Amino acid sequence: MSEQIRAKRELFIPGHYGCPGCGATVAMQQTLSVLGEDTIVVMTAGCWSSLIGIYPYTCLTVPVVSVAFGATASVAAGIKAGLTIQGNDHTTVLAFAGDGGTFDIGFQPLSGVVERNDDILFICYDNEAYMNTGIQRSSATPAGAWTTTTPDSARKGQRKKNMVEIMAAHRIPYAATASIGAPEDLKEKLEKAKNIKGSRFIHLFASCPTGWRHATELSIEVARQAIKSRVFPLYEVFGGDTWQLSSMPEKEGVDAYLKHQGRFKKMSVEERDRMQMRVDDDWQRLINRCQAPRAVG
Amino acid sequence: MKKVMMGTEAATMAVKLARVQVVSAYPITPQTVIVESLADIIGRGELKAKYMPVESEHTAMSSCMGASLAGARTFTATSSQGLAYMHEMLHFTAGERVPVVMVNCNRALAPPWNLYCDHTDSLSQRDTGWIQYYCADAQDVLDAILIAYAVAEQALLPVMINLDAFYLTHTSEPLDVPDQETVDLFLPPYHASLKLDVNDPKTFSIVCGADLFSSIKYKRQGDTLAVARLWDQVAEKYNSHFNRLHKTVEAYRTEDADLCIVSIGTATGTIRLAVDRLREEGLKVGSLRLAMIRPFPLEGLQRAIAKVKHVIVIDRDVSFGAEGIVAQEVKAGLFGHRGDLKVTGFVAGVGGNDVTVDTIIPLVRQAISGYGNAVEAGMSLWAEVLP
Ligand SMILES: Cc1ncc(C[n+]2csc(CCOP(=O)(O)OP(=O)(O)O)c2C)c(N)n1
Ligand SMILES: [Mg+2]
Repeated sequence: MSEQIRAKRELFIPGHYGCPGCGATVAMQQTLSVLGEDTIVVMTAGCWSSLIGIYPYTCLTVPVVSVAFGATASVAAGIKAGLTIQGNDHTTVLAFAGDGGTFDIGFQPLSGVVERNDDILFICYDNEAYMNTGIQRSSATPAGAWTTTTPDSARKGQRKKNMVEIMAAHRIPYAATASIGAPEDLKEKLEKAKNIKGSRFIHLFASCPTGWRHATELSIEVARQAIKSRVFPLYEVFGGDTWQLSSMPEKEGVDAYLKHQGRFKKMSVEERDRMQMRVDDDWQRLINRCQAPRAVG
Repeated sequence: MKKVMMGTEAATMAVKLARVQVVSAYPITPQTVIVESLADIIGRGELKAKYMPVESEHTAMSSCMGASLAGARTFTATSSQGLAYMHEMLHFTAGERVPVVMVNCNRALAPPWNLYCDHTDSLSQRDTGWIQYYCADAQDVLDAILIAYAVAEQALLPVMINLDAFYLTHTSEPLDVPDQETVDLFLPPYHASLKLDVNDPKTFSIVCGADLFSSIKYKRQGDTLAVARLWDQVAEKYNSHFNRLHKTVEAYRTEDADLCIVSIGTATGTIRLAVDRLREEGLKVGSLRLAMIRPFPLEGLQRAIAKVKHVIVIDRDVSFGAEGIVAQEVKAGLFGHRGDLKVTGFVAGVGGNDVTVDTIIPLVRQAISGYGNAVEAGMSLWAEVLP
């Protein structure tokens, strides 16, 4: 059915208000191209609720509701309940929130929804800060990155929260990391997520030239570098206990990832080394959990 | 059918009779009986609904809003801290124009912790855009919830039905339970005119500029004001089915009264006893219960006190730095209409102090004479303050 529907109309039409090179728009475009017309989108405060358009203009042709900042998962679960009791068991309810709306203010409702295993797909487009309000830190901002609310030496000291681990600890049916730098892998994961019942979570890496201080044409490249350098590994977790690596990049240092981004400019050599060490540790930890990797580029 | 029920049980019965489709709630004393019994009847299949045992009140309201946007009839219940925790979503739900119906059990806000009756919880949410109704007894609870769905779904505005903690939530009273067929006639299934529907895609609540924003809010203001009359019309219709009338204001012996005691909630019953007692002494007193606070039932109030010279307001709540909230509302409603009218505001019965006939009579005497035990704080006089 989705193939026919997709042929019928574009779900993401020209005219969004995003910055040039915005990774979050690529994330939505890819997502809707797989989920298709039978999708209701719940979005929240953040770049997406601004860039979608100003009433009466919108760049999405699926039903959309833009809700309070912490309420993406809970409104989505309510919509699903409302549809189900009226006999609709097919529509995908997509909660689409930024890292702030997922890792921070939206965390409790998300945890509640996943613990109850409500049947929604939650996608966090992660640009690693509160971008819409002007590049403030979130718990998804990596250590060493500059933001406008990191007064200590103008960069964040604490490391990034691992949301997929937390989701896995809920025994969520499906959780995965994905990236706009690996579109084929993302599509596969979306297909999978679409066809699983219960709560599904995709942590989708989405570069932000404005906030990360890199050239607008480098968004995809930077996202690729995050995968290659193992800073943002791609993997899936089924039922909270079967971990599966999606790609096995060569060991390549973090420098190639850092070098294009102004936000890491102030990092000291020690901080850079600490980052490398953490990346290596996290990678090892992930490998230990994972089954043999699939053959994906 | 005649039954004996607590206010909370009457609420559950109404939810069942209304054939609510999604219930999402979080427990808090003294509302817990409602969420427990709804879980029970949904679990047993007596009500075909989705039950969402959520992790907070913010989520309870968010998911009700979502379910309502999808076109389902929804219900939640809370009290006090829980209502405060919902605050952001109260504004959102009203602005989204979805007909959620909620029971709030009026309980004091901490600190200090106190589980008993107080109206500050809901009255401090009066600017969120919710319709607010305050029940007098268990029968009123059952009937008002059914009326509320009819009103909410017509006006596309959410309705909060308020029950005094314990005096109403946990007091057993005889009441008449209507039969399902007649309720179905009065309240047909909800058909949302606007909803999230993949076959008719619409975009809800994205950013809008100042030009349109003002018009949207103006429209909502008009629609909200219109609910005062709409409620009374729907209440008449309910009356024609069930022979019980629940209007936005309820006057008692006000026709020839010089003095009128205005109140909300269950204290009104006691106030009427005090009125009878004072009438025996020759005082021309009446009582006016404001069942609705939002929209404010201006016409009903003005009509009821047209010939009155002195209004006494009993508030079970306070707006710190100002006075009792109902007193503020009454004064604002009368300003410019009755410059000659004297208004005396008392704060009494907060945090579960019983408002008895023996509380009220001395307050009335104090309002008349200027002498008594209630102590002044700004524009209001406080009863029950330790010396
Ligand atoms: C309750 C509440 N607090 C704060 C805000 C202000 N606010 C709007 S968007 C935003 C940050 C969004 O960050 P994120 O979720 O990462 O999305 P992004 O802007 O990066 O796309 C904040 C703090 C709000 N809208 N609501
Ligand atoms: Mg962000």
